[in-house]
Amino acid sequence: MSRYFTEEHEWIDVDGESATVGITDYAQEQLGDIVFAEVPAAGTELAKGGDAAVVESVKAASDIYAPVSGTVTEGNGALEEDPALVNSDPEGDGWFFRITLSDTGELEALMNENAYKAFVDGL
Amino acid sequence: MSDESKNLKLPLDGWHRKKGARIVPFAGYQMPIQYEGIMAEHLWTREQAGLFDVSHMGQLQLTGEGAAEALEKIVPGDISALKPGKMRYSLLLAEDGGVLDDMIITNTGKNLYIVVNGAVKHDDIAFMRAHLPGDITLDHMESAALLALQGPKAAEALARIGVEPVQDGWPVPGDLFFMEAGPFLWNGVPLGVSRSGYTGEDGFEISVPAEHVNALADALAEQDEVKPIGLGARDSLRMEAGLPLYGHDLDPGVDPVEGNASFAISKARREEGGFHGSERILKALADGPARKLVGFSIDGKMPVREGAPIYDSDDEVGRVTSGGFGPSVGAPIAMGYVESSLTGEGTILEAEVRGRRVPMTVTKMPFIPHRYHRRGKAK
Repeated sequence: MSRYFTEEHEWIDVDGESATVGITDYAQEQLGDIVFAEVPAAGTELAKGGDAAVVESVKAASDIYAPVSGTVTEGNGALEEDPALVNSDPEGDGWFFRITLSDTGELEALMNENAYKAFVDGL
Repeated sequence: MSDESKNLKLPLDGWHRKKGARIVPFAGYQMPIQYEGIMAEHLWTREQAGLFDVSHMGQLQLTGEGAAEALEKIVPGDISALKPGKMRYSLLLAEDGGVLDDMIITNTGKNLYIVVNGAVKHDDIAFMRAHLPGDITLDHMESAALLALQGPKAAEALARIGVEPVQDGWPVPGDLFFMEAGPFLWNGVPLGVSRSGYTGEDGFEISVPAEHVNALADALAEQDEVKPIGLGARDSLRMEAGLPLYGHDLDPGVDPVEGNASFAISKARREEGGFHGSERILKALADGPARKLVGFSIDGKMPVREGAPIYDSDDEVGRVTSGGFGPSVGAPIAMGYVESSLTGEGTILEAEVRGRRVPMTVTKMPFIPHRYHRRGKAK
Protein backbone atom coordinates (compact mmCIF):
# COMPACT_ATOMS: atom_id res chain seq x y z
CA MET A 1 0.00 0.00 0.00
CA SER A 2 1.32 3.48 -0.80
CA ARG A 3 0.33 6.82 0.56
CA TYR A 4 0.16 9.91 -1.63
CA PHE A 5 -0.53 13.56 -0.81
CA THR A 6 -1.99 16.58 -2.59
CA GLU A 7 -1.19 20.27 -2.33
CA GLU A 8 -4.72 20.66 -0.91
CA HIS A 9 -3.55 18.60 2.08
CA GLU A 10 -5.41 15.39 1.37
CA TRP A 11 -3.82 12.00 1.81
CA ILE A 12 -4.73 8.95 -0.23
CA ASP A 13 -3.83 5.38 0.65
CA VAL A 14 -3.79 3.24 -2.48
CA ASP A 15 -4.08 -0.54 -2.60
CA GLY A 16 -4.37 -1.63 -6.24
CA GLU A 17 -7.44 0.17 -7.57
CA SER A 18 -8.95 0.89 -4.15
CA ALA A 19 -8.04 3.93 -2.10
CA THR A 20 -8.93 5.70 1.15
CA VAL A 21 -8.94 9.51 1.32
CA GLY A 22 -8.64 11.90 4.26
CA ILE A 23 -7.04 15.20 5.22
CA THR A 24 -3.59 15.54 6.71
CA ASP A 25 -2.63 16.43 10.24
CA TYR A 26 -1.42 19.78 8.92
CA ALA A 27 -4.88 20.41 7.41
CA GLN A 28 -6.81 19.57 10.57
CA GLU A 29 -4.47 21.76 12.59
CA GLN A 30 -5.11 24.66 10.23
CA LEU A 31 -8.88 24.13 10.28
CA GLY A 32 -9.17 23.90 14.05
CA ASP A 33 -12.05 22.23 15.88
CA ILE A 34 -14.15 20.28 13.40
CA VAL A 35 -17.86 20.38 14.25
CA PHE A 36 -19.37 18.86 11.11
CA ALA A 37 -18.28 16.66 8.22
CA GLU A 38 -20.24 15.66 5.16
CA VAL A 39 -18.94 12.66 3.23
CA PRO A 40 -20.03 11.37 -0.19
CA ALA A 41 -22.42 8.42 -0.43
CA ALA A 42 -21.41 5.10 -1.98
CA GLY A 43 -21.87 5.22 -5.72
CA THR A 44 -20.98 8.92 -6.07
CA GLU A 45 -18.81 9.53 -9.14
CA LEU A 46 -15.96 11.90 -8.37
CA ALA A 47 -13.78 13.76 -10.86
CA LYS A 48 -10.21 14.63 -9.89
CA GLY A 49 -10.20 18.10 -8.36
CA GLY A 50 -14.00 18.22 -7.94
CA ASP A 51 -15.88 18.74 -4.66
CA ALA A 52 -15.97 15.51 -2.72
CA ALA A 53 -16.75 16.32 0.90
CA VAL A 54 -17.25 19.26 3.25
CA VAL A 55 -15.67 19.86 6.61
CA GLU A 56 -16.77 22.64 8.96
CA SER A 57 -14.82 24.10 11.83
CA VAL A 58 -16.31 26.42 14.45
CA LYS A 59 -15.32 29.27 12.16
CA ALA A 60 -15.84 28.20 8.55
CA ALA A 61 -16.80 25.58 5.98
CA SER A 62 -14.12 24.09 3.71
CA ASP A 63 -14.41 21.84 0.67
CA ILE A 64 -12.48 18.62 0.39
CA TYR A 65 -11.55 17.91 -3.24
CA ALA A 66 -11.23 14.52 -4.88
CA PRO A 67 -7.49 13.85 -5.26
CA VAL A 68 -8.24 11.34 -8.03
CA SER A 69 -11.22 10.33 -10.17
CA GLY A 70 -13.33 7.32 -9.31
CA THR A 71 -16.43 5.89 -7.70
CA VAL A 72 -17.04 6.17 -3.97
CA THR A 73 -17.45 2.78 -2.31
CA GLU A 74 -17.98 4.08 1.25
CA GLY A 75 -18.21 7.32 3.18
CA ASN A 76 -16.97 7.32 6.78
CA GLY A 77 -20.24 7.23 8.72
CA ALA A 78 -18.38 7.65 12.01
CA LEU A 79 -17.71 11.31 11.15
CA GLU A 80 -21.40 12.07 11.27
CA GLU A 81 -21.58 11.17 14.95
CA ASP A 82 -18.08 12.29 15.88
CA PRO A 83 -16.67 14.90 13.48
CA ALA A 84 -13.85 15.59 15.98
CA LEU A 85 -12.24 12.33 14.80
CA VAL A 86 -10.82 14.45 12.00
CA ASN A 87 -8.89 16.38 14.67
CA SER A 88 -7.93 13.50 16.89
CA ASP A 89 -6.96 10.96 14.21
CA PRO A 90 -6.87 12.70 10.82
CA GLU A 91 -4.69 10.12 9.11
CA GLY A 92 -6.47 7.12 10.66
CA ASP A 93 -10.06 6.84 11.96
CA GLY A 94 -10.81 10.33 10.66
CA TRP A 95 -10.74 9.20 6.99
CA PHE A 96 -13.43 10.66 4.71
CA PHE A 97 -14.23 8.16 1.98
CA ARG A 98 -13.11 5.08 0.05
CA ILE A 99 -12.98 5.10 -3.70
CA THR A 100 -12.34 2.80 -6.68
CA LEU A 101 -9.88 4.58 -8.93
CA SER A 102 -10.86 5.06 -12.57
CA ASP A 103 -7.36 6.06 -13.67
CA THR A 104 -4.40 4.97 -11.56
CA GLY A 105 -2.22 7.12 -13.84
CA GLU A 106 -3.54 10.18 -11.96
CA LEU A 107 -1.50 9.10 -8.97
CA GLU A 108 1.73 10.04 -10.74
CA ALA A 109 1.03 13.73 -10.28
CA LEU A 110 0.69 13.39 -6.49
CA MET A 111 3.40 13.77 -3.83
CA ASN A 112 4.92 11.05 -1.72
CA GLU A 113 5.38 11.52 2.02
CA ASN A 114 8.81 13.17 1.76
CA ALA A 115 7.73 15.53 -0.99
CA TYR A 116 4.64 16.50 1.02
CA LYS A 117 6.73 17.11 4.12
CA ALA A 118 8.99 19.42 2.14
CA PHE A 119 5.91 21.13 0.68
CA VAL A 120 4.46 21.80 4.15
CA ASP A 121 7.82 22.99 5.49
CA GLY A 122 7.88 25.54 2.68
CA LEU A 123 4.50 27.04 3.64
CA MET B 1 -4.08 36.12 4.46
CA SER B 2 -1.23 36.95 2.07
CA ASP B 3 -1.36 40.73 2.48
CA GLU B 4 -1.17 40.50 6.25
CA SER B 5 1.58 43.13 6.10
CA LYS B 6 -0.87 45.82 5.00
CA ASN B 7 -2.58 45.54 8.35
CA LEU B 8 -1.52 47.45 11.43
CA LYS B 9 0.00 45.74 14.43
CA LEU B 10 -1.63 45.86 17.84
CA PRO B 11 0.44 47.08 20.80
CA LEU B 12 0.34 43.46 22.04
CA ASP B 13 1.37 41.94 18.70
CA GLY B 14 4.58 40.36 19.95
CA TRP B 15 2.83 39.12 23.10
CA HIS B 16 0.18 37.30 21.04
CA ARG B 17 2.79 35.64 18.83
CA LYS B 18 4.79 34.57 21.89
CA LYS B 19 1.63 32.98 23.30
CA GLY B 20 1.26 30.93 20.12
CA ALA B 21 -1.55 32.87 18.49
CA ARG B 22 -2.55 32.31 14.91
CA ILE B 23 -2.72 35.78 13.39
CA VAL B 24 -5.26 36.87 10.78
CA PRO B 25 -6.20 40.24 9.26
CA PHE B 26 -9.29 41.76 10.88
CA ALA B 27 -10.59 45.34 10.85
CA GLY B 28 -7.31 46.58 9.37
CA TYR B 29 -5.18 44.93 12.07
CA GLN B 30 -3.18 41.75 12.44
CA MET B 31 -5.17 40.03 15.14
CA PRO B 32 -5.06 36.74 17.07
CA ILE B 33 -7.89 34.49 15.92
CA GLN B 34 -6.96 31.66 18.26
CA TYR B 35 -4.28 30.31 20.58
CA GLU B 36 -4.96 26.70 21.62
CA GLY B 37 -8.25 26.39 19.71
CA ILE B 38 -11.58 28.15 19.47
CA MET B 39 -13.60 25.46 21.23
CA ALA B 40 -11.30 25.21 24.26
CA GLU B 41 -10.96 28.99 24.51
CA HIS B 42 -14.72 29.49 24.31
CA LEU B 43 -15.43 26.95 27.06
CA TRP B 44 -12.60 28.30 29.21
CA THR B 45 -14.14 31.77 29.09
CA ARG B 46 -17.54 30.42 30.17
CA GLU B 47 -15.96 28.57 33.11
CA GLN B 48 -12.89 30.60 34.11
CA ALA B 49 -11.67 33.91 32.66
CA GLY B 50 -10.56 34.85 29.16
CA LEU B 51 -8.27 37.73 28.28
CA PHE B 52 -9.10 39.42 24.97
CA ASP B 53 -7.10 42.11 23.22
CA VAL B 54 -9.65 44.46 21.71
CA SER B 55 -7.23 47.32 21.09
CA HIS B 56 -8.41 47.52 17.48
CA MET B 57 -11.60 49.10 18.73
CA GLY B 58 -11.84 52.87 18.70
CA GLN B 59 -11.63 54.62 22.07
CA LEU B 60 -12.97 58.15 21.85
CA GLN B 61 -13.52 61.00 24.25
CA LEU B 62 -16.12 63.70 23.73
CA THR B 63 -15.43 66.75 25.84
CA GLY B 64 -17.21 70.05 26.14
CA GLU B 65 -20.30 71.56 27.63
CA GLY B 66 -23.43 70.07 26.12
CA ALA B 67 -21.61 67.05 24.65
CA ALA B 68 -24.33 64.65 25.80
CA GLU B 69 -27.14 66.77 24.36
CA ALA B 70 -25.24 67.18 21.09
CA LEU B 71 -24.61 63.44 20.85
CA GLU B 72 -28.31 62.79 21.32
CA LYS B 73 -28.92 64.13 17.80
CA ILE B 74 -27.08 61.13 16.35
CA VAL B 75 -27.77 58.38 18.93
CA PRO B 76 -31.20 57.31 20.29
CA GLY B 77 -30.13 56.91 23.94
CA ASP B 78 -30.84 59.24 26.86
CA ILE B 79 -27.20 60.28 27.20
CA SER B 80 -27.85 63.49 29.13
CA ALA B 81 -29.48 61.37 31.88
CA LEU B 82 -26.44 59.08 32.12
CA LYS B 83 -24.93 59.56 35.59
CA PRO B 84 -21.17 59.71 36.17
CA GLY B 85 -19.76 56.19 36.32
CA LYS B 86 -22.59 54.72 34.26
CA MET B 87 -22.46 53.39 30.74
CA ARG B 88 -24.96 52.51 28.04
CA TYR B 89 -25.13 50.57 24.79
CA SER B 90 -26.12 52.84 21.93
CA LEU B 91 -26.16 53.19 18.16
CA LEU B 92 -24.69 55.78 15.83
CA LEU B 93 -27.45 56.71 13.39
CA ALA B 94 -27.24 58.00 9.82
CA GLU B 95 -29.61 60.79 8.80
CA ASP B 96 -32.13 58.19 7.62
CA GLY B 97 -31.96 56.20 10.88
CA GLY B 98 -29.74 53.44 9.48
CA VAL B 99 -27.22 52.02 11.93
CA LEU B 100 -23.66 53.26 11.27
CA ASP B 101 -22.20 51.50 14.29
CA ASP B 102 -22.99 50.25 17.75
CA MET B 103 -21.08 51.62 20.71
CA ILE B 104 -20.79 51.85 24.46
CA ILE B 105 -20.99 55.34 25.92
CA THR B 106 -19.67 56.02 29.44
CA ASN B 107 -20.11 59.19 31.43
CA THR B 108 -16.72 59.46 33.17
CA GLY B 109 -17.78 62.60 35.02
CA LYS B 110 -15.25 64.60 32.99
CA ASN B 111 -16.34 63.64 29.50
CA LEU B 112 -18.05 60.94 27.48
CA TYR B 113 -15.83 57.94 26.78
CA ILE B 114 -17.05 55.99 23.77
CA VAL B 115 -15.89 52.62 22.46
CA VAL B 116 -16.72 51.94 18.80
CA ASN B 117 -15.99 49.08 16.42
CA GLY B 118 -12.51 48.88 14.92
CA ALA B 119 -13.59 48.30 11.33
CA VAL B 120 -15.59 51.53 11.12
CA LYS B 121 -13.91 53.74 13.72
CA HIS B 122 -12.46 56.22 11.20
CA ASP B 123 -15.86 56.60 9.51
CA ASP B 124 -17.50 57.06 12.91
CA ILE B 125 -15.03 59.77 13.87
CA ALA B 126 -15.53 61.65 10.60
CA PHE B 127 -19.31 61.36 10.95
CA MET B 128 -19.31 62.53 14.56
CA ARG B 129 -17.03 65.47 13.78
CA ALA B 130 -19.35 66.48 10.93
CA HIS B 131 -22.46 66.27 13.10
CA LEU B 132 -21.27 67.64 16.43
CA PRO B 133 -20.84 71.35 17.16
CA GLY B 134 -17.31 72.73 16.82
CA ASP B 135 -16.93 73.43 20.55
CA ILE B 136 -17.25 69.72 21.39
CA THR B 137 -13.81 68.10 21.22
CA LEU B 138 -13.52 64.57 19.88
CA ASP B 139 -10.28 62.89 20.94
CA HIS B 140 -9.31 59.55 19.39
CA MET B 141 -7.26 57.84 22.12
CA GLU B 142 -4.80 56.19 19.74
CA SER B 143 -2.19 55.61 22.40
CA ALA B 144 -4.55 53.57 24.57
CA ALA B 145 -4.92 49.80 24.39
CA LEU B 146 -8.08 47.95 25.42
CA LEU B 147 -8.25 44.56 27.12
CA ALA B 148 -11.34 42.59 28.05
CA LEU B 149 -11.27 40.10 30.91
CA GLN B 150 -14.39 37.97 30.70
CA GLY B 151 -15.79 35.03 32.60
CA PRO B 152 -17.06 33.98 36.03
CA LYS B 153 -13.53 34.13 37.52
CA ALA B 154 -12.67 37.53 35.99
CA ALA B 155 -13.38 39.50 39.17
CA GLU B 156 -11.25 37.17 41.30
CA ALA B 157 -8.33 37.38 38.90
CA LEU B 158 -8.51 41.14 38.53
CA ALA B 159 -8.67 41.64 42.30
CA ARG B 160 -5.45 39.64 42.73
CA ILE B 161 -3.23 41.87 40.56
CA GLY B 162 -3.79 44.83 42.86
CA VAL B 163 -5.85 47.45 41.07
CA GLU B 164 -6.33 50.38 43.41
CA PRO B 165 -8.75 53.27 43.64
CA VAL B 166 -7.43 56.66 42.56
CA GLN B 167 -8.37 58.02 45.99
CA ASP B 168 -8.47 56.30 49.35
CA GLY B 169 -11.88 55.02 50.18
CA TRP B 170 -13.07 54.96 46.56
CA PRO B 171 -14.33 51.65 45.17
CA VAL B 172 -12.14 48.95 43.62
CA PRO B 173 -13.12 47.32 40.29
CA GLY B 174 -14.84 44.45 42.12
CA ASP B 175 -17.28 46.98 43.61
CA LEU B 176 -18.57 47.90 40.16
CA PHE B 177 -21.80 46.41 38.88
CA PHE B 178 -22.63 45.63 35.26
CA MET B 179 -22.42 48.74 33.06
CA GLU B 180 -20.54 50.82 35.62
CA ALA B 181 -17.07 52.24 35.17
CA GLY B 182 -14.39 54.17 36.98
CA PRO B 183 -10.75 55.32 37.05
CA PHE B 184 -8.21 53.13 38.84
CA LEU B 185 -4.46 52.72 39.30
CA TRP B 186 -2.31 49.65 38.73
CA ASN B 187 1.32 50.09 39.82
CA GLY B 188 0.76 53.80 39.33
CA VAL B 189 -0.59 53.29 35.78
CA PRO B 190 -3.99 54.90 35.20
CA LEU B 191 -6.65 52.43 34.06
CA GLY B 192 -10.21 53.02 32.93
CA VAL B 193 -12.10 49.93 34.06
CA SER B 194 -15.69 49.08 33.32
CA ARG B 195 -17.77 46.07 34.28
CA SER B 196 -18.90 45.19 30.80
CA GLY B 197 -18.04 43.06 27.82
CA TYR B 198 -19.41 41.17 24.87
CA THR B 199 -19.49 37.52 25.90
CA GLY B 200 -22.61 37.36 28.08
CA GLU B 201 -20.39 36.65 31.11
CA ASP B 202 -19.43 38.84 34.02
CA GLY B 203 -16.24 40.68 33.24
CA PHE B 204 -14.33 43.88 32.70
CA GLU B 205 -12.96 46.05 29.95
CA ILE B 206 -9.73 47.80 30.78
CA SER B 207 -8.38 50.82 28.95
CA VAL B 208 -4.64 51.15 29.54
CA PRO B 209 -1.86 53.30 28.03
CA ALA B 210 -0.35 51.21 25.20
CA GLU B 211 3.15 51.33 26.72
CA HIS B 212 1.86 49.46 29.79
CA VAL B 213 -0.39 46.91 28.11
CA ASN B 214 2.31 44.22 27.86
CA ALA B 215 2.92 44.32 31.60
CA LEU B 216 -0.79 44.34 32.38
CA ALA B 217 -1.48 41.42 30.00
CA ASP B 218 1.37 39.49 31.63
CA ALA B 219 0.07 40.18 35.13
CA LEU B 220 -3.42 39.03 34.19
CA ALA B 221 -2.29 35.98 32.18
CA GLU B 222 -0.17 34.85 35.15
CA GLN B 223 -3.35 34.23 37.13
CA ASP B 224 -4.39 30.57 37.08
CA GLU B 225 -7.93 31.44 35.94
CA VAL B 226 -6.81 33.47 32.95
CA LYS B 227 -5.95 32.38 29.41
CA PRO B 228 -5.61 34.53 26.30
CA ILE B 229 -8.60 34.14 23.98
CA GLY B 230 -8.74 34.94 20.28
CA LEU B 231 -11.28 36.51 17.96
CA GLY B 232 -12.73 33.15 16.98
CA ALA B 233 -14.06 32.45 20.47
CA ARG B 234 -15.03 36.10 20.89
CA ASP B 235 -17.36 35.61 17.93
CA SER B 236 -18.89 32.33 19.16
CA LEU B 237 -19.29 33.76 22.68
CA ARG B 238 -21.07 36.90 21.52
CA MET B 239 -23.28 34.86 19.20
CA GLU B 240 -24.40 32.59 22.05
CA ALA B 241 -25.03 35.73 24.11
CA GLY B 242 -27.35 36.97 21.33
CA LEU B 243 -25.24 40.08 20.80
CA PRO B 244 -25.11 41.54 17.28
CA LEU B 245 -21.84 42.03 15.43
CA TYR B 246 -21.68 45.27 13.52
CA GLY B 247 -21.15 44.83 9.78
CA HIS B 248 -22.89 41.47 9.96
CA ASP B 249 -26.07 41.66 12.05
CA LEU B 250 -26.31 45.45 11.94
CA ASP B 251 -25.46 47.74 9.04
CA PRO B 252 -26.56 51.05 7.49
CA GLY B 253 -29.44 49.28 5.73
CA VAL B 254 -31.26 48.48 8.98
CA ASP B 255 -32.74 50.68 11.70
CA PRO B 256 -32.52 49.93 15.44
CA VAL B 257 -36.04 48.46 15.63
CA GLU B 258 -35.35 46.01 12.81
CA GLY B 259 -31.99 45.26 14.41
CA ASN B 260 -33.65 44.06 17.65
CA ALA B 261 -32.05 47.00 19.47
CA SER B 262 -35.21 48.87 20.49
CA PHE B 263 -33.95 48.69 24.07
CA ALA B 264 -31.30 51.25 23.06
CA ILE B 265 -34.02 53.80 22.29
CA SER B 266 -34.58 55.40 25.69
CA LYS B 267 -38.07 56.18 26.95
CA ALA B 268 -37.48 59.94 27.01
CA ARG B 269 -36.18 59.85 23.45
CA ARG B 270 -39.25 57.92 22.30
CA GLU B 271 -41.39 60.76 23.58
CA GLU B 272 -39.34 63.67 22.31
CA GLY B 273 -37.71 62.24 19.16
CA GLY B 274 -35.23 64.66 17.62
CA PHE B 275 -32.55 62.18 16.63
CA HIS B 276 -31.45 60.98 13.19
CA GLY B 277 -34.23 58.97 11.59
CA SER B 278 -36.50 59.42 14.62
CA GLU B 279 -39.60 59.69 12.46
CA ARG B 280 -38.93 56.36 10.76
CA ILE B 281 -37.70 54.71 13.94
CA LEU B 282 -40.58 55.84 16.16
CA LYS B 283 -43.04 54.74 13.46
CA ALA B 284 -41.37 51.31 13.36
CA LEU B 285 -41.65 51.17 17.17
CA ALA B 286 -45.35 51.98 17.05
CA ASP B 287 -46.36 49.88 14.03
CA GLY B 288 -43.75 47.17 14.21
CA PRO B 289 -40.90 46.84 11.72
CA ALA B 290 -41.29 45.11 8.34
CA ARG B 291 -38.55 42.64 9.28
CA LYS B 292 -36.54 41.87 12.37
CA LEU B 293 -33.34 40.27 13.57
CA VAL B 294 -34.07 36.99 15.39
CA GLY B 295 -32.15 34.00 16.70
CA PHE B 296 -32.43 30.49 15.33
CA SER B 297 -31.70 27.11 16.79
CA ILE B 298 -30.72 24.61 14.12
CA ASP B 299 -31.75 20.97 13.82
CA GLY B 300 -28.85 18.62 13.30
CA LYS B 301 -25.16 19.38 13.30
CA MET B 302 -24.59 21.26 10.08
CA PRO B 303 -23.78 24.92 10.74
CA VAL B 304 -25.80 27.56 8.91
CA ARG B 305 -23.60 30.55 8.20
CA GLU B 306 -23.79 34.21 7.22
CA GLY B 307 -25.39 34.77 3.82
CA ALA B 308 -27.62 31.69 3.78
CA PRO B 309 -31.08 32.55 2.39
CA ILE B 310 -34.05 31.78 4.65
CA TYR B 311 -37.23 30.20 3.28
CA ASP B 312 -40.80 29.78 4.43
CA SER B 313 -41.68 26.85 2.14
CA ASP B 314 -41.08 28.33 -1.35
CA ASP B 315 -40.81 31.98 -0.36
CA GLU B 316 -37.48 33.56 0.41
CA VAL B 317 -38.21 35.52 3.60
CA GLY B 318 -34.82 36.61 4.86
CA ARG B 319 -31.13 35.96 5.27
CA VAL B 320 -28.76 34.66 7.93
CA THR B 321 -26.38 37.37 9.17
CA SER B 322 -24.35 35.36 11.73
CA GLY B 323 -24.14 31.65 12.23
CA GLY B 324 -21.89 28.90 13.39
CA PHE B 325 -21.42 26.27 16.02
CA GLY B 326 -22.18 27.30 19.59
CA PRO B 327 -19.69 25.40 21.77
CA SER B 328 -21.68 25.91 25.01
CA VAL B 329 -25.00 25.29 23.28
CA GLY B 330 -23.48 22.16 21.73
CA ALA B 331 -25.23 22.76 18.43
CA PRO B 332 -25.28 25.23 15.55
CA ILE B 333 -26.95 28.60 16.16
CA ALA B 334 -27.69 31.53 13.88
CA MET B 335 -29.14 35.03 13.69
CA GLY B 336 -30.86 36.58 10.73
CA TYR B 337 -33.50 38.92 9.42
CA VAL B 338 -36.95 37.66 8.53
CA GLU B 339 -40.32 39.24 7.78
CA SER B 340 -42.07 40.32 10.98
CA SER B 341 -44.96 37.85 10.61
CA LEU B 342 -42.40 35.03 10.97
CA THR B 343 -40.53 36.26 14.05
CA GLY B 344 -42.68 34.45 16.64
CA GLU B 345 -40.79 32.08 18.90
CA GLY B 346 -41.12 28.53 17.64
CA THR B 347 -41.69 29.50 14.00
CA ILE B 348 -40.04 26.85 11.83
CA LEU B 349 -38.25 28.07 8.71
CA GLU B 350 -35.51 26.68 6.50
CA ALA B 351 -32.08 27.94 5.51
CA GLU B 352 -30.47 26.86 2.27
CA VAL B 353 -26.95 25.51 2.62
CA ARG B 354 -25.12 24.05 -0.38
CA GLY B 355 -28.42 23.61 -2.20
CA ARG B 356 -30.12 21.80 0.68
CA ARG B 357 -32.77 22.95 3.11
CA VAL B 358 -31.91 22.96 6.81
CA PRO B 359 -34.81 23.35 9.27
CA MET B 360 -34.36 26.02 11.92
CA THR B 361 -36.58 27.38 14.66
CA VAL B 362 -36.96 31.00 15.75
CA THR B 363 -35.56 31.04 19.29
CA LYS B 364 -35.44 33.61 22.04
CA MET B 365 -31.97 35.08 22.50
CA PRO B 366 -29.61 34.84 24.30
CA PHE B 367 -28.91 31.20 23.53
CA ILE B 368 -26.94 30.98 26.79
CA PRO B 369 -28.28 33.01 29.76
CA HIS B 370 -26.38 36.19 30.54
CA ARG B 371 -24.48 36.06 33.82
CA TYR B 372 -23.79 39.74 34.31
CA HIS B 373 -23.03 41.10 37.77
CA ARG B 374 -26.09 43.29 37.88
CA ARG B 375 -26.84 45.75 40.65
CA GLY B 376 -29.49 44.30 42.95
CA LYS B 377 -28.64 40.76 41.89
CA ALA B 378 -25.36 40.47 43.78
CA LYS B 379 -24.32 36.92 44.61
